[in-house]
Amino acid sequence: MTVGLSHYLTVAAILFTLGIFGIFLNRKNVIVILMSIELMLLAVNINLVAFSAFHGDLVGQIFAMIVLTVAAAEAAIGLALVVVYFRNRGTIDVAEIDLLKG
Amino acid sequence: MLSALFFYLFAILLVGAGFMVIAAKNPVHAVLFLIFAFFNAAGLFVLLGAEFLAMILIVVYVGAVMVLFLFVVMMLDVDFAELRAGFLKYLPIGATIGLLLLVELILILSAWVTAPEIAAQAPAPPAADISNTEALGLILYTRYVYLFEAAGLILLVAMIGAIVLTLHHKPDVKRQKVGRQVRRTRAESVELVEVESGRGLS
Repeated sequence: MTVGLSHYLTVAAILFTLGIFGIFLNRKNVIVILMSIELMLLAVNINLVAFSAFHGDLVGQIFAMIVLTVAAAEAAIGLALVVVYFRNRGTIDVAEIDLLKG
Repeated sequence: MLSALFFYLFAILLVGAGFMVIAAKNPVHAVLFLIFAFFNAAGLFVLLGAEFLAMILIVVYVGAVMVLFLFVVMMLDVDFAELRAGFLKYLPIGATIGLLLLVELILILSAWVTAPEIAAQAPAPPAADISNTEALGLILYTRYVYLFEAAGLILLVAMIGAIVLTLHHKPDVKRQKVGRQVRRTRAESVELVEVESGRGLS
């Protein structure tokens, strides 16, 4: 039972699906939505690293590092927005974020 | 054999932790499960031979980003139970879309093959005699240096953005203004008054 590329891709696919599922389930809580996005980015990273390892090409790992950078920046900005929103409105319910509606 | 055993261990724990992230009642528990998921993903990376990325995942993700999440979750005084209302309402549509996506991904995985000549023309094949970290450094700082700089720029923008968003001055707090203090001259701050003796100031 040798572990091949498709095993890693399957794990990543399940993790990505869990991320999507989490966004639908917790669609009122911004923080859990952000965490679901982190899960999906982690799945993408597993894909990139698995392809990189099985095809003998380091560029995939370089790209995974860039994805990590973008994910960190996204988490920082997203959490800053959540903090500011909570300071102004006293809630983080996504359904309440409707000040910009036409 | 041993690596297969560890692959299944890490994979099962990773999927289980991922499920608990979206199913946990308490967001603090969700963050802790996400940390656990990142540790297991780092284990998978080590199995794949990407040691540097595994360590980066633990240091940057668990050490910085997840602690930031933990801080924000604990700092916000939110009734998280109220935010979970409607959890079951969205379960059917979420499960439908998730299952559809999973079936699609698995169909792609089962039908897909790599062109045999791809592996031979890899732009950056790892050198056999150096470690993963060294090999990554050798191409990151030479061929992909612009990508590296762009990543630094993204982090700088994110840092400035987060500071600009969250920094706010309360109007009723007195602050020291160094520039104003230095600009102050004798003429605008000292007034000499001739007082007649015996009269005093009115």
